[in-house]
Amino acid sequence: MALPKELAKERDRIRAQALEYGLDFFEVIFEVLDFHQMNEVASYMGFPTRYPHWRFGMEFERMRKSYAYGLHRIYEMVINNDPCYAYLLKSNATIDQKIVMAHVYAHADFFKKNFWFAPTNRKMMDEMANHATRVRQFIDRYGLEEVEEFIDTCLSLDNLIDVHAAYVKQPAHPPEETNEEGETPQPARLPSKGYMDRFINPPAELREDARRQAEEAKARKQKFPAQPQQDVLLFLLNHAPLDPWQQDILAIIREEAYYFAPQAMTKIMNEGWASYWHTTIMTQSGVMEPAEVVDYADHHAGTVAMNPHRINPYKIGLELYRDIEDRWNKGQFGREYEACDDRAVKATWDQKLGLGREKIFEVRRIYNDLGFIDTFLTEEFCLRYKLFAYKFNERTGYYEIDSREFQRIKSQLLRSLTNRGQPVIEVQDANFRNRGELYLHHKHDGVDLDITYGRDTLANLFQIWSRPVYLETTLDGTRRLLSYNGREHALRKIG
Amino acid sequence: MISKIERDTRRFNEIARGHVRKNLRNYISRGELIGRRGKNLVSIPIPQVEIPHFRFGQRKGGGVGQGDGEKGTPIGRGQDDAGMGKAGDQPGQHILEVELTLEELAQILGEELELPKIEPRGKKNITSEKDRYSGIRRTGPESLRHFKRTYKQALKRQLSSGSYNSSAPLIVPIPDDKRYRSWKEVQLPESNAVVIYMMDVSGSMGDEQKDIVRIEAFWIDTWLQSQYRNLETRFIIHDAEAREVDRETFFHTRESGGTIISSAYDLCAEIIARYYPADEWNIYPFHFSDGDNWGGGDTEKCLKILDETLLPSANLFCYGQVESYYGSGEFIHDLEDHFSREHEQVILSEIDGRDGIYDSIKEFLGKGR
Repeated sequence: MALPKELAKERDRIRAQALEYGLDFFEVIFEVLDFHQMNEVASYMGFPTRYPHWRFGMEFERMRKSYAYGLHRIYEMVINNDPCYAYLLKSNATIDQKIVMAHVYAHADFFKKNFWFAPTNRKMMDEMANHATRVRQFIDRYGLEEVEEFIDTCLSLDNLIDVHAAYVKQPAHPPEETNEEGETPQPARLPSKGYMDRFINPPAELREDARRQAEEAKARKQKFPAQPQQDVLLFLLNHAPLDPWQQDILAIIREEAYYFAPQAMTKIMNEGWASYWHTTIMTQSGVMEPAEVVDYADHHAGTVAMNPHRINPYKIGLELYRDIEDRWNKGQFGREYEACDDRAVKATWDQKLGLGREKIFEVRRIYNDLGFIDTFLTEEFCLRYKLFAYKFNERTGYYEIDSREFQRIKSQLLRSLTNRGQPVIEVQDANFRNRGELYLHHKHDGVDLDITYGRDTLANLFQIWSRPVYLETTLDGTRRLLSYNGREHALRKIG
Repeated sequence: MISKIERDTRRFNEIARGHVRKNLRNYISRGELIGRRGKNLVSIPIPQVEIPHFRFGQRKGGGVGQGDGEKGTPIGRGQDDAGMGKAGDQPGQHILEVELTLEELAQILGEELELPKIEPRGKKNITSEKDRYSGIRRTGPESLRHFKRTYKQALKRQLSSGSYNSSAPLIVPIPDDKRYRSWKEVQLPESNAVVIYMMDVSGSMGDEQKDIVRIEAFWIDTWLQSQYRNLETRFIIHDAEAREVDRETFFHTRESGGTIISSAYDLCAEIIARYYPADEWNIYPFHFSDGDNWGGGDTEKCLKILDETLLPSANLFCYGQVESYYGSGEFIHDLEDHFSREHEQVILSEIDGRDGIYDSIKEFLGKGR
């Protein structure tokens, strides 16, 4: 349902305000949905036209129940597309709708202007519908069970993509083969007395031998793939023995994974940006009626509430932007400021530069969460918002506060953001043991994999590769090789 | 035309109930049937089928949180998934814990187990009243005060009278500002039912077995409560002899000794005859045991009591047999031989461990008599 008249009027006001502040967005199409429709659209992750799959039904059931028992409700949803589609919950009060609209315009700006969204398909609404048509055709032709099972198999691997691939202009060329350092292989010589040597080991033969040996060594060195590939899905797409329809499904799932990846990479920034602008527009531009202030405050407080288990991206993002704005307004950056070690001077440091607004617009253009936290999270900020790092205590069975040290908090946070919190896994060798077996390598960075899930995922990988598959990883400090050959799993020590 | 989401939901339910795609069964987490009962905090089962991924072990990581506390302050239990330090929302929270009224709980139960509504029997269908909180008014007890409305009234008043100071925004409500929730009376039909729980507490019933009975009885109770306005419950425990006890004792007694089931049936029949005339009451005797009855012809005696007194007056007779290490589990087979599985009024169910509770409740109540 399109916007009713009063809301359309509000939308025009908010839109004008947003433009005035310098936000630059794709046009936004608002739709008003009742909670049933809202849950439905949300279970399809915003795309009502997605392909049929049971997991959307599962998501719907979960949302329906948690909505029914008052545990959660979706106020808003916005889709990265040109034009943007945004959904409003019908039962919301007008004030809620206003907040949401202001919030949505900032998201739309972020989608359009943030570098990390640049390679995403802006006609995804249509693309998703095309995917659905193709999947339905396959189901008609090959049967639901078969297609569904293959989709499940692909989904099991859909985090094995290289999120940075889209931003690299040219595929990295393998570095030129340098001559193997150290000794060149020596051809075998027969023992002989000096004067006979020329006849027993003829120089021409020796040269020929040396050339042949060098060639063999080179061939041994030639690996496939020449360089480890992090885009495992692409590798499978190009090299796994799949039927055309299976290839198509794998391609669909890969494409959708890449489409959603930037959203996971910019969660804190994106939500922070939208919260920054909804507060600014609501409180500073006269969009809000005086009678609505209490409800506004209530709603906003709910959005940015913190909880001990996990940081709230709305809150952290919002406060970081504010912090950056404040610091750049006052000139609290650069060498001179960093070098100052007098806390009192630092606290009142104010050069009246007024660069804050400009700076946050720049930040929203070029950073993703990882760079955002890495560059702008300060010790003062961690103190002010009482951040801490926690870890699991095996002995008590509880998660416990581990440290309030700035470096610890920061590295913990960065780690959870690296590769969207997913393990980095690469195809290392697709001709392992010279038998066409697939060898993956997990780049261990301190956190072990869940081995039960690892086993089952490996079995799914086997379904696609159809030859034995291996995963090298590290468990409790030792290197291990997990393998599956179609009949049984094995886990052995290596190295 | 059915909507897309309904089709996907139906497909998911087929998978979650294990009808199709059996290989996914490993990944079904059904949630707990019952969590805590204190203050009505109950977990709602939300079946989830998870697609496996290469992912980090749950406990190995850690994360960043916010709030007060020293180093070493516990912030959460190891089981909940909230632990991973991901900035985004974490999928895979399978169990929701909410405060619920028993009525809502029963509704969930009905939904989960697809239980039919029970048709009340007997003539005693009176209408009774129930309160529902749905309105606002200016008077009422303090416990029903509506905080936000009151606050807004006070704010309004202070603004219009000029006593609001924006630099120290202190809002003090006066009695006139106060707003209270109010209720409406809703008419509900009423009919009478009694559930008589009998449990074997002989030596072979361990704590685990009793726990299973407790959980199962709670859910049966909840469901029947929702179907009958006036539900009475009676509790009988027995080993070699039977006695009536209160709820507390029923769930916590640990006795030992032999097993003579007929003693419980005798007592049950006696209670029915004395207090619950069959034409006015819906009667549901439930019996839980590990099925190890004393030899000496007692089983025949049980069958006789069932045939002659219990079955003519009861809506349903339910026998649940809990798996135990000791018992021979013979009793359920004796009942089966006598009544056959398809008997109208007798429902037999074997409960193999905690996982079996779900199916067993469904067997007991699924037919809706």
